[in-house]
Amino acid sequence: MSVPVRTLFFAAYRDRLGLSELMVELAQGATVADLVAELRGRGSPFDLLPEQPAVAVNRAYALMSEPLDSGDEVAFIPPVAGG
Amino acid sequence: MIFARVVADVIDPAEVLARVGSDEDGAALLFLGVVRDHADERPVSGMRYDAYADMAGEVLQAIAEEAAQRLGTDRVAVVHRFGELGIGEVSVAIAVSSPHRAEAFDASRYVIEQIKQRLPVWKKEHYVDGASEWVEGTVPPRAASPTVSIAAWEGGSA
Repeated sequence: MSVPVRTLFFAAYRDRLGLSELMVELAQGATVADLVAELRGRGSPFDLLPEQPAVAVNRAYALMSEPLDSGDEVAFIPPVAGG
Repeated sequence: MIFARVVADVIDPAEVLARVGSDEDGAALLFLGVVRDHADERPVSGMRYDAYADMAGEVLQAIAEEAAQRLGTDRVAVVHRFGELGIGEVSVAIAVSSPHRAEAFDASRYVIEQIKQRLPVWKKEHYVDGASEWVEGTVPPRAASPTVSIAAWEGGSA
């Protein structure tokens, strides 16, 4: 059974990839690290994402070890520059 | 009343300041972040702010609540704008009030420093020469716990 997650890309990441949003199917039990590896494994331009990006799962900062559930929203967060 | 919003509209500083203050307070403080006309030596014509708006609203609320704890009152108001801003336009307004000034300065400073560390907002500078670049940012904390960033702020860059 696969776990669909909604991934979001912002700012420099969105520019690099040329997209702001992507649905990704992961295996049961997958973590944020598995999602990053799956995307980077697709090659260009996804390999432009860092190996250890900051991410938010359902709008909260999360560790690479965070497990993902069906329907989760995972945002790749480039270094922030508010203010 | 704690007030935190991430908005596309022009910020009215007087309106933000009016959200704080009470008869108990001897100090009311308004901080504005403003788009300036240069970055290092390079002339800047404007700035585009992008936001992960849903998350930014929640993070800004959390920052305001943490600041209120430091302040000892609930009189914290913060508004951050996104979209295209011209020189001199207000990108962020922070208003706090408290019985004495020390807590107000501390809480106001806390809010802006935390915004810079963890608010999911990005800015792209537009230069007078026609180029545009994302401003180099700060890697946010990897976990949701605010204690991580509080420690980093207290030990860190002033």
